[in-house]
Amino acid sequence: MAKKLTIDGKEITARDDATIIQAAHEAGIVIPHYCYHPKLSVAGNCRMCLIELEGRPKLEISCNTPVADDMVVHTNSPKVIEGRRGVLEFLLINHPLDCPICDQAGECGLQDYYMSYGLYQSRFQEEKVHGRKVVDFGPDVVFDSERCILCTRCVRFCDEVTHTNELGIFERGDTAQIATFPGKQLDNPYAGNTVDICPVGALTSKDFRFKIRVWFLQETSSVCPGCARGCNINVHHHDGRVYRLKPRRNDAVNDTWMCDAGRFGYKSLHENRLLEAAARNDAGGLTPATMQDALARAADLLRDRNPATIAVLAAPQGTNEDCYLLAKLTAEMLPGCRITMIAGEPGDEDDFLLRADKNPNSRGAQDMGLPALASPDDVAQLAAAIDTGKIEMLVAVDVDLKAIFGTETFARLTAKLQALIVQGSAMRPGSEAAQVLLPSAAYVERHGTFTNFQGRIQRFNAAFAPPGASQPAWRIYRRLANLLGADWNYPNHEAVWADIADTVPGYGIDYAAIGDQGCLISSVDSPPSGRG
Amino acid sequence: MRKLTFWQRLYLPEILRGMLVTTRHFWINVLRQRHTVTQQYPEKPTYVSERYRGRHRLTRKEDGSPRCTACMLCATSCPALCIHIVAAEHSDPTVEKHPASFTIDELRCVFCGLCVEACPCDAIRMDTGIFALAAEKRENFIYPRELLLGDAMPENIAEGKAPAP
Repeated sequence: MAKKLTIDGKEITARDDATIIQAAHEAGIVIPHYCYHPKLSVAGNCRMCLIELEGRPKLEISCNTPVADDMVVHTNSPKVIEGRRGVLEFLLINHPLDCPICDQAGECGLQDYYMSYGLYQSRFQEEKVHGRKVVDFGPDVVFDSERCILCTRCVRFCDEVTHTNELGIFERGDTAQIATFPGKQLDNPYAGNTVDICPVGALTSKDFRFKIRVWFLQETSSVCPGCARGCNINVHHHDGRVYRLKPRRNDAVNDTWMCDAGRFGYKSLHENRLLEAAARNDAGGLTPATMQDALARAADLLRDRNPATIAVLAAPQGTNEDCYLLAKLTAEMLPGCRITMIAGEPGDEDDFLLRADKNPNSRGAQDMGLPALASPDDVAQLAAAIDTGKIEMLVAVDVDLKAIFGTETFARLTAKLQALIVQGSAMRPGSEAAQVLLPSAAYVERHGTFTNFQGRIQRFNAAFAPPGASQPAWRIYRRLANLLGADWNYPNHEAVWADIADTVPGYGIDYAAIGDQGCLISSVDSPPSGRG
Repeated sequence: MRKLTFWQRLYLPEILRGMLVTTRHFWINVLRQRHTVTQQYPEKPTYVSERYRGRHRLTRKEDGSPRCTACMLCATSCPALCIHIVAAEHSDPTVEKHPASFTIDELRCVFCGLCVEACPCDAIRMDTGIFALAAEKRENFIYPRELLLGDAMPENIAEGKAPAP
């Protein structure tokens, strides 16, 4: 049964167990708050979410007041605004007002609400209470007790979400402060989230500190490629450079969290990038080439050979569009070639977000027609086939060749191989042995979809243009196929998706309909041609 | 065109009239030199109004360190995007943030003074009165922190090399 109430003159139907703030937010009415967080328990200590309830003499906090039938709520009455103003004045009494050096400036709850509800002249004449500055909480988190408003979001996060209990409130009155328990560090694999949920500048990220002011950053919604979960993220970037990743809410995947490994995964985007295409010249050295020339060279190498002697080594790092065209390219243009999907080293897994499979699209790659992830035996067999001369040519896609074969074996294999084409976004170990190097775009530089381990198709967007000559991998495959004699016409990623939707069972959905929250394969009409 | 009168067409009387004006000014300048408008620049420094927006300088705290906290408000307000600051952690936790590098590209600067107005710490001023910025290379117009603080000119600048980024 649902409850019916009125908020700001708007008739609202809310869930039975909802609080007023939840009901209001679901109805699109924003109530200012600090300590309330949709994914944490209610603390009710910041007093910022005050609302006026008709029939009650005093203001109530909306985060801890359950909805009831026939309630009449005012969130913006003069009484409420006066109340908020008073709360803000209290919260700011001991605040150091060091916005110029505070990393939170620009996205700070205190700044925002002061501009909306405060705008008073300070009446505080006394000396402010001084606290601890730049306290090292752990590998990535720095704490400033003067800026803290003791909302306890971070404490509740460590208690309720990670269950690691590193943080607590110590002392009392105006000397009360957040601190780590003696001998403990805030070093759990999700510690970075405490910085995200801190509504003020009390917790800042060592990694992001002072790198850039937040108002310079642009935001693009994306999906973390760090593991098979595919946490929804926002990429914060400026001038072709990623400065940080922030989790984006998706209750079906990652709630409002992400792990630190994924959070700092952006760093590899700017390391060792492969920016220009290259081809081996007659003297045996790799020289920069135009994409056109490098692709023509690659096509020549592929064309002159029996496809059965060609092996493709790929990692499920590519998007569904990439995987689909790679599968199509190998099936139509190189029938009989051997494809090996490299899983890479499995990583940490837990019962929260982290998955052992560190590839973002293992599920999608298989759905697109690429084989299942290879076992070490498969790799050994491939190495043996190269040794015996059965495989003469290798096409490596986004893989670390030296890690797969081992440095010595790889050196032996390159001597045996007649040709090696490497496509990837970065120079990886072993790439330097290639005859042709094809630079492809990283996930932040292109549109596409991943399918996570749950079978959820998730869309991500290009934050900025690919650097140098790099291109989305599907475009490279399209050009390669056309050079090999195909007649493919995919002007953009949506055209590739349209083809996927028509042919791949379970994927029959319009690209736009995938939306920002993704959609499950099973929820889609299978098999093909379910598309409208 | 206006038609010339008879006297004007005679030419010489008009020339004499012009010479008269010139001669009068010559004698005024010779006899009342303190009132001449001609300035002996650059031999003598010229007058610059107190509010004149000259070359920027960075101010210092009492202990001699730069007042700038690298808050980036000047860089944010700059319409010419000529201020480049790299912020860094300060060893003193009460200072916390300071500019590891602070460069102004004086060739891009339009001398609007918005940076001075934006600065919450009075760390940047344009009260040097310096308006004749000259250099032999474009790179020398990228003024580093040391120069703006009024320290000795770094050697690489003196030699005409670009400052280290």
